[in-house]
Amino acid sequence: MFEVILLQFINGLDKGGAYALIALGLTLVFGTLGVVNFAHGALFMLGAFCAVTFQKLITLETVTVDPSQLSPWGTPVEVREPLVQAWLGDFGAVLVNYSVPFSLLLAIPVMLVIGIAMERGLIKYFYKRPHAEQILVTFGLAIVLQEIIKASFGANPIPQPVPTDLRGAADIGVMLGLNPGIITYPIWRLVYFLFSGVVIGAVFAFLRFTTFGMVVRAGMADRETVGLLGINIDRRFTIMFGLAAVVAGMAGVMYTPLLPPNYHLGMDFLVLSFVVVVVGGMGSLPGAVAAGFLLGILQSFASMTQVKALVPGIDQIIIYLVAVIILLVRPRGLLGRRGVMEA
Amino acid sequence: MNTILVTRNDLLLLLGFTIAVLAMPIWLQPFGAAYPDLMQRFAIYGIFAIGFNILFGLTGYLSFGHAAFFGVGSYAAVWSFKLLTMDAIPALVFAVLISGLFALLIGYVSLKRSGIYFSILTLAFAQMSYNLAYSVLTPITNGETGLQLTLADPRHLDQALGISSRSPALLGQPLLGYAGFYFCAGLLIVAFFIAQRITGSPFGMMLRAIKSNQTRMHYTGFNTRPYTLAAFVISGMYAGLAGALLAITDPLAGAERMQWAASGEVVLMTILGGVGTLVGPVIGAWIIKYFENIFSAFNEGILHRTFDFLPDGLEDAVVLVTSKFVGEGWHLTLGLVFVLIVVFLPGGIMEGVRRLVHWARRPAEPGRASPRPQPAE
Repeated sequence: MFEVILLQFINGLDKGGAYALIALGLTLVFGTLGVVNFAHGALFMLGAFCAVTFQKLITLETVTVDPSQLSPWGTPVEVREPLVQAWLGDFGAVLVNYSVPFSLLLAIPVMLVIGIAMERGLIKYFYKRPHAEQILVTFGLAIVLQEIIKASFGANPIPQPVPTDLRGAADIGVMLGLNPGIITYPIWRLVYFLFSGVVIGAVFAFLRFTTFGMVVRAGMADRETVGLLGINIDRRFTIMFGLAAVVAGMAGVMYTPLLPPNYHLGMDFLVLSFVVVVVGGMGSLPGAVAAGFLLGILQSFASMTQVKALVPGIDQIIIYLVAVIILLVRPRGLLGRRGVMEA
Repeated sequence: MNTILVTRNDLLLLLGFTIAVLAMPIWLQPFGAAYPDLMQRFAIYGIFAIGFNILFGLTGYLSFGHAAFFGVGSYAAVWSFKLLTMDAIPALVFAVLISGLFALLIGYVSLKRSGIYFSILTLAFAQMSYNLAYSVLTPITNGETGLQLTLADPRHLDQALGISSRSPALLGQPLLGYAGFYFCAGLLIVAFFIAQRITGSPFGMMLRAIKSNQTRMHYTGFNTRPYTLAAFVISGMYAGLAGALLAITDPLAGAERMQWAASGEVVLMTILGGVGTLVGPVIGAWIIKYFENIFSAFNEGILHRTFDFLPDGLEDAVVLVTSKFVGEGWHLTLGLVFVLIVVFLPGGIMEGVRRLVHWARRPAEPGRASPRPQPAE
């Protein structure tokens, strides 16, 4: 029984990691700028497509027809050679193999630019407008972004390869002293969980231990006073928006091997992430992270056959159900501050 | 309530609306949209948007889950066809009742919160319904295939009366082609009339008071819940009616009608046309459905013919750019237009029209100060 519970527990970790990362970004934006960003899921999707683009770029290849060699059915053999491999040799091969993690290098600057452009170009005009209008304009923006992706990459999911060394499953049970073969876990999902942990840790450390982070936290608590102290808080908040976009983008990049990205990936995750934010408490960063993992794990438990036999369909609705209960019983969410968005 | 609820302007508006709707086959001719199938959808989504506006436009509660009621209405109507009779009236009554009940349930819970929480609660409920319709509720919804009519359907009422109709009908008159359109159009006018009455009534006034300052309403010792709940249920019933009509014109109901994208569509319609106005949402619905139909049919061939007058190189460039915005990419246009509307014209097309009229009138009467009457405090 213990093994079963443990297995479901870790099964929920990677999804929980993705929820936590997206919810973290949403909360950062809400906490700093006070904007409800329905386009945040689209940022996750854009990140995923950074990985797709990078992979496409890196696997550009030359095709030469070699008439001296014949394939078994008598046509000349096409020799394909990836350009990267031709230029960079072994390193190129590694690059192709590890295209997904390496696309983080592309995704970080791209997402930063997109995030800042989005904030400066559109969202800054909506600080003072009601939440309903913020939802509407970011919803429209999300449609635009996903349609652009659809127009450039097509509507079908594009699978991304897992690096060869990280394929297969790890036997976690053995590490914990259990019999082998009971708890095996795909390595990439483990990687994703660790990755999300690192990113979350980095964001918290950034806010906690740097002067910039301190100013941002002060601004979240009392924007006006920080402004009166002669600090340009708006610029810092813009950068935080960019940072939130980067977090969402990185979450998207690393998620591509688990779920082939298509253009509506973002919306699928957005709905869930909003639920996560609400459960954690609007504006509470630890709440967003905790709720992300909690809901990921709950979902994994709800997908167990025994549970499904008990309550049919529970795996489909568990997250929403939890959100409804939390919203009604504890309006400010699990870790929400008293008085923040309790109405 | 002895005040005169029907003013002359209201009557004129209703009359104008009725004429515009009934004359659709004539004035849509030049736009290439005067065929019953499309006009039916104009009427159906008009009803949906009017209903959504009763909630969002009057009370300011932004629901992101209205497609759930639309879908429930469709399912209820198809079940009525399957179990009772192919006649449209029982199907409509059944669908409106069921979706009203459903809205009562969801509204009772969701309306405990307001603002963004309300939006998320309704979204959560709609997604729950959608997910359940695809999984556990397959016996009721027939899952991915969608609920269809079959030869084995019992149709108890039809059998008892000895009717063996195979397509939806109204008292024996099959609702195909123009009959179907006029049926939907009639209901659209009725729906508009009811919405107009609601807006003008003291009840509608309460709803608008809730929108402008709910806290003040609370402080005056006023319980707003019954009013918001009533608005929610009414608008859910409108959605159910629209869903049932869609099932009547094409007896098939699928779960994708309940997805959040469908909920988003009705929000787009209402905003585009003009929130809080009577005619706006209908116009928004028409525009979106029209361009969805016309734009998505555009392909590069048609574009090349359209831009034939340009020099060759320029023509190719123009076609390349515009082709991203039509056909498959028409949602991109919709998204862009929507963003622009929210940014520059939050009142939608109706506000645009008002501004234009205002702008056109001003130079003619320079002496008048502020033509807009100030509300009394």
